[in-house]
Amino acid sequence: MIEGRNINKFFGDNHVLRDVSCKFHPGKTNLIIGQSGSGKTVLMKCLVGLFEVDNGQVLYDNRNFSAMNIEQRKEIRQELGMLFQGAALFDSMTVEGNVMFPLNMFTGKSVEEKIERVNFVLKRVNLVNSNKLMPSELSGGMKKRVAIARAIVMNPKYLFCDEPNSGLDPQTSNVIDLLIQELTYEYGITTIVNTHDMNSVLSIGDSIEFIYQGQIWWSGNKEEILHMGNKELNDFVFGTELTKRLRK
Amino acid sequence: MLRPLSTLGSYVLLMRRVLTKPQKGKLFWQQLFFEIDQLGLDSIGIVAFISIFMGAVVAIQTAYNIDSPLIPMSMVGFTTRQSIILEFSPTVISLILAGKVGSRIASQIGTMRVTEQIDALEIMGVNSANYLIFPKVVASILIYPVLIVFSMWLGIIGGGAAMMFSKLVSMHDYIHGIRIDFEAFTIFYALTKTIFFAFIIASVSGFFGYQTQGGALEVGQASTKAVVVSSIVIILFNLVLTQLLLG
Repeated sequence: MIEGRNINKFFGDNHVLRDVSCKFHPGKTNLIIGQSGSGKTVLMKCLVGLFEVDNGQVLYDNRNFSAMNIEQRKEIRQELGMLFQGAALFDSMTVEGNVMFPLNMFTGKSVEEKIERVNFVLKRVNLVNSNKLMPSELSGGMKKRVAIARAIVMNPKYLFCDEPNSGLDPQTSNVIDLLIQELTYEYGITTIVNTHDMNSVLSIGDSIEFIYQGQIWWSGNKEEILHMGNKELNDFVFGTELTKRLRK
Repeated sequence: MLRPLSTLGSYVLLMRRVLTKPQKGKLFWQQLFFEIDQLGLDSIGIVAFISIFMGAVVAIQTAYNIDSPLIPMSMVGFTTRQSIILEFSPTVISLILAGKVGSRIASQIGTMRVTEQIDALEIMGVNSANYLIFPKVVASILIYPVLIVFSMWLGIIGGGAAMMFSKLVSMHDYIHGIRIDFEAFTIFYALTKTIFFAFIIASVSGFFGYQTQGGALEVGQASTKAVVVSSIVIILFNLVLTQLLLG
């Protein structure tokens, strides 16, 4: 389980996260939702240590990540994978090179073992015979799948996905969402997905934290979210013309 | 006043992360040979072209300026050799490499920063500063002295070729001039400067690339800053090292 306790984050005078406390459970897709600028990306970056929290704690299975030094954090970081908004594939490496990178860096496996593992995870994300392609030759959806393959190649306990659907069409978005959910259930991963896509929320939102103006405003799941009387939440959930009409 | 100091502080802090033992030796060696090819061998063409033509120009200008019959024409070879070894090859070629290689390093690392590739490395537990910048620094320190010696050789050849075709000075006098009062220390001085300049080019450019924030516009700005600051630092260190080694 990943837990945030009273997290505060400032950028200059701007108080971006205000006493955020939240829990993310293993074997579930935990969603952080909210409008652009609400603080959800900052929260995720605080959880993974890309930003230091100004106050509060981040705990990975009761291990206080915030209090660890760089060397101690390395151990935890080898247990986590992250899917970035733009996929963040290494331009100079092939698909195989990208997925194999963590194995090269942190394991002493033989080349054959590494290739076998790479092929396994690429098959798992439905990308076969793409090993020698360069990132520039891939579509947006394929890039995301390679990034997922790279994130899970080390069998992570924790998986972070920052806007996994950004820039994708609705059908491809759905494929990526379901893939993330399948992997979460299959390996019992603690998955945290940062999104403002309501399709994702209704499709994979086992647990949802709605963040508004830097605070956790509402917590629940995909079954509850459509029936709440919370104005700010409803403004977000029914923010599009389509959802407004459907609601009527 | 505070901004340059703050930048210097950030540079020193980054270098503390860069100058550490690589996490995975095998990957480091792969990166090192790749960078030697990209940063050094890929620059041979431009170094050769500039060295030959600059050597020729130095020789012709020297010959043109010798009016007095009391000055032997072998001075053309002597002056060309000294100019090329002491200043042209180590300093001017380093300034050119600061432009070519410095902008490449800064834009490459800057692009990795704005496309979150560096964040991806950090998330995995990789010391991204060491992984990205250290092989470039070591490769530059290893390959630039080779390029500079090559440049010296071609510069002197270029001067000789200019004298042969222009017939301003006989080849006998030119070669005699090249051999007069040769001190091996001048090579040591030039290569010492080169090693410092190589470190400056790779580390300063890596720093500006690594610090990039924003998008494509900022990557371009980082690249420009890297070239300008590397060039200024090279010029300053040129004076300091010359005073220390020759003064």
